[in-house]
Amino acid sequence: MTEAIRMDGVEKSFGSVKANRSASLEVMKGEIHALVGENGAGKSTLMRILGGLIKPDAGKVEVFGKDVTGWSTSEAISAGIGIVHQHFMLVPTLTVAENLVLGCEPKTRFVMMNYARAADDVRELSNSTGLVIAPDRLVSDLSVGEAQRVEILKVLFRGAKILVLDEPTAVLSPPEVRELWAVLRRLRDNGDTIVLITHRLDEVVELSDTITVMRAGQTVARLKTSQTNPSEIARLMVGREVSLSAGKRVHPTTRPESPRPNQGLEVRNLAVMGSRGIRVVDGVSFSVKPGEILGIAGVEGNGQTELIEAIAGLRTVFAGDVLIDGLDVTRRSVARRHDAGLSHIPEDRHRRGLILEYTVGDNLILGLERAFSKRGIIDRDQVMDNAQREISSFDIRPPNPVLAARALSGGNQQKVVVAREMGRDFSVLLASQPTRGVDVGAIEFIHQQLLDARAREKAILLVSAELNEVLALSDRIAVMYRGKFAVVMPSSEATEESLGEYMIGTRKGSAA
Amino acid sequence: MTESSLAAGTQRTFSATPWRERAEEALLPPFVALLVALVCGDLLILSYGQSPANVYRLLLEGTWGNAYGFGQVLYKATTLAFTGLAVSFGLRAGLFNIGGESQLAAGGFAAALIGLALPIGTPLILALPICIVLAGAAGGVVGAVPGYLKTRFGAHEVIVTIMLNFIVLALLNWFIAGHLHVPETLHTPEIHAGFLPRLADLDADFHGSAANLALIVAIVAAGAVWFYLFRARGGYELRAVGLQPDAAEYGGISVGRVWMRAMTWSGVIAGIGGINYVLGYKHYYEDGFASGAGFLGIAVALVGRNHPFGVLIAAFFFATLSQGGLAIHAFVPKQMMDVLQGVVILAVAMAVPEVRSILRSARRRSDA
Repeated sequence: MTEAIRMDGVEKSFGSVKANRSASLEVMKGEIHALVGENGAGKSTLMRILGGLIKPDAGKVEVFGKDVTGWSTSEAISAGIGIVHQHFMLVPTLTVAENLVLGCEPKTRFVMMNYARAADDVRELSNSTGLVIAPDRLVSDLSVGEAQRVEILKVLFRGAKILVLDEPTAVLSPPEVRELWAVLRRLRDNGDTIVLITHRLDEVVELSDTITVMRAGQTVARLKTSQTNPSEIARLMVGREVSLSAGKRVHPTTRPESPRPNQGLEVRNLAVMGSRGIRVVDGVSFSVKPGEILGIAGVEGNGQTELIEAIAGLRTVFAGDVLIDGLDVTRRSVARRHDAGLSHIPEDRHRRGLILEYTVGDNLILGLERAFSKRGIIDRDQVMDNAQREISSFDIRPPNPVLAARALSGGNQQKVVVAREMGRDFSVLLASQPTRGVDVGAIEFIHQQLLDARAREKAILLVSAELNEVLALSDRIAVMYRGKFAVVMPSSEATEESLGEYMIGTRKGSAA
Repeated sequence: MTESSLAAGTQRTFSATPWRERAEEALLPPFVALLVALVCGDLLILSYGQSPANVYRLLLEGTWGNAYGFGQVLYKATTLAFTGLAVSFGLRAGLFNIGGESQLAAGGFAAALIGLALPIGTPLILALPICIVLAGAAGGVVGAVPGYLKTRFGAHEVIVTIMLNFIVLALLNWFIAGHLHVPETLHTPEIHAGFLPRLADLDADFHGSAANLALIVAIVAAGAVWFYLFRARGGYELRAVGLQPDAAEYGGISVGRVWMRAMTWSGVIAGIGGINYVLGYKHYYEDGFASGAGFLGIAVALVGRNHPFGVLIAAFFFATLSQGGLAIHAFVPKQMMDVLQGVVILAVAMAVPEVRSILRSARRRSDA
């Protein structure tokens, strides 16, 4: 077998963020190769380098034995690289055939497009690959699975010999997934090479021949699928970095039944629609009592983000109810939910949690600005006092309240968010990936903050991709898989292995 | 070394640098842009076979060099300050208000109507606030429409404000031409009350120039905008929406309400600008008086870096170019100044990101 792709020592930084650190990838011709890793592990960056969309800072890229480091997109396309993006890039008002030939339309003797020939070409390609689709249909009439078929046909039509699929199943229903698998196997048997980017391990094991695992921008393993198993892959993906709280467990406190039964967070039959009409959260019910931490584990992309956003008021609820301390807030604004006692550490501090151009002091009052103003004027002295207080009690460095939040390190930015959300008057806390991208010292500090809040009788919903974190902090653990709770169990009964099986869907339990 | 002295050390170094960096980033790009524009101007002048030094000397003499020219500069700067403030206010919320033309015209029209409605001899102290409020209200209504349509239906404010320019200006034209004009002209009769004193009334040197006390109103407006943006809670929320709408939404700020508010007040500011011409200069509303000022306000906001005081400086600068064009008309075509304005806008648009990235990489090198 010959090598289709060889990437070696690839480095790529965006500002201070190292997306790829000596990443490598080796793909043989005629195989299905899975590139796995958590969000932000650097998979997409590596593929964008392969496709010529960005240039690596260092390292070497070879395609079919030829050095192509730093090539352009058009060079990549003509060399046979075809990238199928997660988000479709089709013109909805054109037909399938018109979309396929876009940019290389067959012409008649005059300038008119030869539509009949385009349609014939499409039909021929469609038959030879098994990607059945009528060339005359409008793209806007297609289902998601069909649109994806058009995307794949499009890159094949341009002569792709190496297909890169970025999270192809994220938007598909199970039957559509099975069809896609059949097509990909057929393409492989025809001699095409396929790189599949995913973080769903069941897909990886079912479909791929070889696997490359990435973590934190680095390639950590290259495995034969036949010689590994999902839990090994999961371990490699998440890594064995020793978190300070690893092995520690909270002791479930035996406290008398709360005298106020409605206190805390209650979610009933919550459903949230994704962008493509799929229920990304599908009938989830649970409650979190005061003084309890409910941890949600799961491979990312199984609806955790949408669940938290729906509870926080940042995403429209399709069906179901959200209650905070017994008050139905399902249709209330974000501000009203704050008033009802909600506090929220968002998963993406750069997009949601902070206004990066604002100073640390100003960020510490985001969402609290009403409390820090009199007659519509912000009380600067009070803001500065508050900033000084939070900076010293949360040890935010550098201790400068007028520094832009952008200038802080990730860990200190997260401390600003945590300080603010812990500072407000709340009874329910949503903590989403509270320690992502944070150094070890800050992780311990943030964990302690969460446990302190638990001791102060707050109801805490914790979502984390770090199994260790969920295991160490939670009283109860739920595993989310494809929009549903696969299982809810007391953390005393949970082990990394048992959770892992629910996370990748090999075990399906009874959600409480 | 103890922990606390370490912390104190970092604090000192960190609180000192950002101010210097911020000043550099605020001042250097416009300066570079100005240099680029000057060089382009030199080439243009040379291409007409004139001496750049001579033309620039005439330009300065005709604008800042005598009281009349300076007064004209101040008059033109006043209108531009209002439209520039209006555009920058919208941009702070992430909205592009292209409707300055119609908002300004609506404000001027409202001021003229009030001036006509008030009895002769109404004291200025009474007439001026009424005129300002109603001119602002008229501009605000025109600005509120795109704000509402964006909030309610997601209609893009650029499209709506452009379309409203046509609608509002055509309506005003119809009203003036059909109902309220002095025969043979396209302007209203002279107002009865609300005349703003001209600078010439205070200092005879300004005689003949149109500069008037609307200038003070503009400066007060800039101060008010500054206070609102950087001291008031509403401004905190407005800038948050402009910088990171997702984070603002997360913080519980109603993004739609802020858009609505920002577009309305942007219209109010542009509308008040109408008093400069109507109350301060001609004392009537004339069809087309706002022509170009709304669009030039975009350039003023851009060059002024969306800061109220930057806008004042930029308005003064563009007014100088515009008045300077008249002063050098004998040597080079007046249109050269229009070209130069374009060059300044392009130079600023390019110099700001460019100079900033050069600055930052230079700083990184010096840190390393």
